Amino acid sequence: MHELSIACSIVETVEEVLPDENSTVKTVFLKIGAMSGVVRDALLFSFEVAAQDTRAAGAVLEIEEIPVVVHCDPCGKDTELGNPPIFRCAFCGQSTAKILQGKEMEIVSIEIEDGKAANS
Amino acid sequence: MEKPRIVEVRQGILKKNDQLAGGLRARFKSAGVCVIDLVSSPGAGKTAFLEETLRRLKELGFRVAALVGDLATENDARRLERSGVPVRQIETHGICHLEAEMIERNLEGWNLEELDFLFIENVGNLVCPSSYDLGEDARAVLHAVTEGEDKPLKYPTIFNSSDIAVVTKIDLAEVCEFDRAACCENIHAVRPNIPILETSAKKGIGFEDWFEYLKDLKNGAAARSNSGR
Repeated sequence: MHELSIACSIVETVEEVLPDENSTVKTVFLKIGAMSGVVRDALLFSFEVAAQDTRAAGAVLEIEEIPVVVHCDPCGKDTELGNPPIFRCAFCGQSTAKILQGKEMEIVSIEIEDGKAANS
Repeated sequence: MEKPRIVEVRQGILKKNDQLAGGLRARFKSAGVCVIDLVSSPGAGKTAFLEETLRRLKELGFRVAALVGDLATENDARRLERSGVPVRQIETHGICHLEAEMIERNLEGWNLEELDFLFIENVGNLVCPSSYDLGEDARAVLHAVTEGEDKPLKYPTIFNSSDIAVVTKIDLAEVCEFDRAACCENIHAVRPNIPILETSAKKGIGFEDWFEYLKDLKNGAAARSNSGR
């Protein structure tokens, strides 16, 4: 389970982004691709642990899950893949390795609360 | 109390690792060393495969070295040292994958310019290592015939992020009733066009093809085709 490492990276970045000592994080918005290798529930659990005693403590992770979409060059169409992801065009049946999305592992934005408000 | 506000971040979660890996890649390139990351489940035969690879490449006159990741113990490094090439163990102390920072730290004191190939044996795990770029030129995923044929479908991310698939323990194929065609079909289902090699470290099978691949990789002919990492 590498989600704890991932969660620690999130906490680190979030603390860097926070403008000052007194601000706290309410929500962290993430994009996680289906082929990122990250398991959502494991990440939610790990984040709670990783955020303890940091300024991200108590923050909520909002995860947007991004399905894998591949592009087929010969027919020019895009296919959303299921689970397991079979890399084949749904229209012409040709195999394709061209991934358009689904590997994301990104912090999109954070919702912060400025001022002295302690993070209850 | 002020109202909460949204701050845009738009940053890769593993940005730090990716930056370090990018630095390593540049360093490897300028030193002229070709770097291969070996990944597999525990027990697929990474160490035996690497041992045979190191021994024979050394015999062929190549200058090779290896970094070996493991949760605990230095057993693998001891095994690999028998091949007579420089080997370093990276004990991850429970961390289930290698990260670029661990590679960087363990390269200290090695003159990369004196190497043709550097092999990194990742921690035996088909999930976690897939997310971490180590600055390697190619990732090789090993799959033993004893694991059956459907591992690629269960662990698509690691297969998809690899540049070559190496089927190991091929000498046991018959006893295991290994379905070669199904295995290749499954690998190609999650990673179209990836080259697949069949090998046995015990019987010395398939290494000529492996070395051809490595030489092409070093010469830039088999440039990493996977843009996903």
